[in-house]
Amino acid sequence: MAEFAELSLRHRLEMAVYRWRRVKPSVWFPLAVPLRDAKVALVTTAGLFRPGVDRPFQNVRGGDYSFRIIPDDAELHTLAVGQTSDAFDRQPVESDRNSALPLDRLHQLVAIGEIGASAPRHLSFNGSITAPGRLIRDSAPDAARLLRDDGVQGALLVPV
Amino acid sequence: MCTQSVGLIAGVLEQHGISTVCVALVRSIAESVSPPRALAVPFRFGAPLGEANDAEGQMGVMRSALALLQESGPPPILRDYRSSGEPPRSR
Repeated sequence: MAEFAELSLRHRLEMAVYRWRRVKPSVWFPLAVPLRDAKVALVTTAGLFRPGVDRPFQNVRGGDYSFRIIPDDAELHTLAVGQTSDAFDRQPVESDRNSALPLDRLHQLVAIGEIGASAPRHLSFNGSITAPGRLIRDSAPDAARLLRDDGVQGALLVPV
Repeated sequence: MCTQSVGLIAGVLEQHGISTVCVALVRSIAESVSPPRALAVPFRFGAPLGEANDAEGQMGVMRSALALLQESGPPPILRDYRSSGEPPRSR
């Protein structure tokens, strides 16, 4: 388990006073089909984006709540790691994008029939969002509609 | 912070009819945000699926997480990942 003790003093102090959101579990959508028939998308918060195609994430007050689309056929090693936070070890994702967006693993699971299909589009957020109001109100619903339009039934969300 | 963000995004996706499962790097934050399904992993910040370039390890975490999509509830489901092949368990 990750520990706040891993972080710098500045980040530890920030975490100590931060008011984490408390959410009552209210919404529950059971998987509509068996996993072997389901179309699955990946959602990462590593801030991955396509250089020269996508706008980089911005280091703004409260956090950049936008997201970028990662096509299913993206070449993982070409993606930039645009997370604006330094409160995590960047080495794993810098050396292996699957560490945060396990696209190769997802394709393997599809190939052996454990998952029905990989979504045509996956999503990348910049996860260091301290003020998540606009994430909840604006960008996450946009992301949900995009995935729904693609016929996605299940999503795996991976933080860093 | 990312563990909170994925939990909040998951809640919105579920509202739109998409089943979700989150990897959780910090169990206490997952407990606070209460995504419908989450797998608490024993890894450091930046390595949510374990060590880089460990395809087998990454696959193990993914299988354990995705298996939670098929559980019948009730929510929230929060399990601890066990890497030795034993299934994830509640705490």
